[in-house]
Amino acid sequence: MALLELRGISKRFGGLQALNRVDLTVEDGMIAALIGPNGAGKTTLFHTLTGIYRPDEGEIRFIGRSLVGLKPDKITGAGISRTFQNIRLFARMTVLENILVGMHCRMSTSLWGILLQSRGVHRQEKEAARKAMELVELAGLRGKENEWAHQLSYGEQRRLEIARALAATPKVLLLDEPTAGMNTSEAQSLMMLFKDLIGRYVQALLLIEHNMRVVMGISHRVYVLDYGEKIAEGHPDEVRRDLRVIEAYLGRGTWVGDAQS
Amino acid sequence: MKVGLAHLGVVAYIFASSALVFAFPQSVLAFLSFEASLLVIYHASVDQTTKLCLGAIVLLVLLPVLGSVNGYYLEIAIQVGIFVALALGLNIVVGFVGLLNLGFVAFYAIGAYLWAIFGSPQANHFIPGNLFPLSSAWFFPFLLLSVGVGALTGALLGLPVLRLRGDYLAVVTLGFAEVVRALVNNFDKPINITNGPKGITPIEKPPLFFQPLLEFFGLRVDPSVLYPFYFYFIVLFIVILTVLVAQRLEESRIGRAWKAIREDEIAAASMGIPVVRMKLLGLAVGASFASAVGVLFAAKQVFINPESFTFMESIGVLAMVILGGMGSIPGAILGATGVTILNLQLLKGLSLWLNTVRQAGVVLSIPLLGDFNLSQIPAQFEPAKYERMVFGLILILMMMFRPQGVLPPRQKRGH
Repeated sequence: MALLELRGISKRFGGLQALNRVDLTVEDGMIAALIGPNGAGKTTLFHTLTGIYRPDEGEIRFIGRSLVGLKPDKITGAGISRTFQNIRLFARMTVLENILVGMHCRMSTSLWGILLQSRGVHRQEKEAARKAMELVELAGLRGKENEWAHQLSYGEQRRLEIARALAATPKVLLLDEPTAGMNTSEAQSLMMLFKDLIGRYVQALLLIEHNMRVVMGISHRVYVLDYGEKIAEGHPDEVRRDLRVIEAYLGRGTWVGDAQS
Repeated sequence: MKVGLAHLGVVAYIFASSALVFAFPQSVLAFLSFEASLLVIYHASVDQTTKLCLGAIVLLVLLPVLGSVNGYYLEIAIQVGIFVALALGLNIVVGFVGLLNLGFVAFYAIGAYLWAIFGSPQANHFIPGNLFPLSSAWFFPFLLLSVGVGALTGALLGLPVLRLRGDYLAVVTLGFAEVVRALVNNFDKPINITNGPKGITPIEKPPLFFQPLLEFFGLRVDPSVLYPFYFYFIVLFIVILTVLVAQRLEESRIGRAWKAIREDEIAAASMGIPVVRMKLLGLAVGASFASAVGVLFAAKQVFINPESFTFMESIGVLAMVILGGMGSIPGAILGATGVTILNLQLLKGLSLWLNTVRQAGVVLSIPLLGDFNLSQIPAQFEPAKYERMVFGLILILMMMFRPQGVLPPRQKRGH
């Protein structure tokens, strides 16, 4: 079943065609990867999908409803949350608070309830704190829950951002270059974590990767963008052999001999 | 509960400093040491309940008693309370939501004029029937009303400027405050609503609803003696209320949403926070604090005019929030208290002392430079004349050496 479906998404910035009629489908239980060289439009696609940009053309459907024109918070409420390429944590908030912010749209405490400290507010806050501690654990940040987010190491910040995105209990989680700045073994272990998320925390993953090798092992379908256009899609093995993909990554002129093997 | 050395120490300090004030009712230093007892309580290593009890004793019992020894102390306490509530309101806007507001005094003015116009004969100028001034019993309903009016104007100011951030927003809020002041200054014609630069007087004071009760117990107290105490307790009540509101909001999902917006608006929106709604809510709550205090200010002063609501007032409150520690409730309280005491007591006390020294003709002998007769210092060098300069120096030094403020936000232990 298709959870998330993009049909003919286009986005222009002045004379630059950042996205050109991109189609993309994410199905239940699937890890989909979006790859492509620098400036291919991967992050623009994420921004369009999460409501930061509005597409010029095209349709985004998520479990049977259209997301075009919705504000980012409504899209998160509908069940899509994300991480950012350049980590965007709330620096002067604690690790726990960062995760609790992610739960905002799953809580329903009202202004009056908070001012009067109603019993419902107490219950919700307790429950939220419990769930947040679970996610702290998942991100391997146990014992650091009361530290400021900016005090964490780079790798910890990456994991905290994922935990924060999970706190919004998304159906589809979008990850924008989650392994950037990590070495291969760190990246591989993170990929294993992603595999475990499916079915337990999320129904599907869509991740942007720069490094093709990292995603090949775990993704069920790969989409390749280049200059805002989808140039290939399919099973990782098919994509790896696709001539246009190789060209996009390596360039035509530098390609000598039998690079397919 | 174990009574340790810390408990004894705090109680001894409170007792000693109050005794000092009793012994020397005119001494600034004695009263300062008494004021510091609240800081001692805050920092003492005793449990929360003890802190609350001691704080209650100091504020509810000792301070009013000392106020009966020297009435000026009550006036200082009232002023401090007013600025604490203002700083707490601005701290929500600047410290939590991260919207730099340079025109906060506008909301204070709106609250003050709300009660001033209807709590004085002023409203007769534009509402026929000679209904005004409203009886003093209306003071408390107007206090409530001002919370609503403040929240509404705060949100209305927010609507057009939501897309602005940082410097741009600061300029707009500055303009807004000037517009409010200009309106108040000029709305004496064609219809006389605010009485223009002449100001409004006399403004009704709060009702002495408890006077029959006092008389029942055979106490006949002159209202003019009673009012300072009465105002003190109203201010205290408002301050406690604002602290509670600010604290509860800070620890709720609303407070977390505000801070998230302050840190990174796009990330906050992507985490499911309705940025526009939360910003408006923050502006509204902050403005409602200021507006409520404005009503009280009008009733206390009996006379208000546009001069009380200048740009410098906004900057003063902002400086309190920054000095105390942006985004920290204890910081805002300390900042407001410290700056108000500095203005009302320290600098004035210092200048008074130097004046006596000068008039006494004390001769300072400085090595190498020779003797120096203090009576030769010209009157222009009185420290009170340099109030703003000393204040400015403190700001500069603070920003250089402790930019996060005296009591910056602390990492809270989890639940």
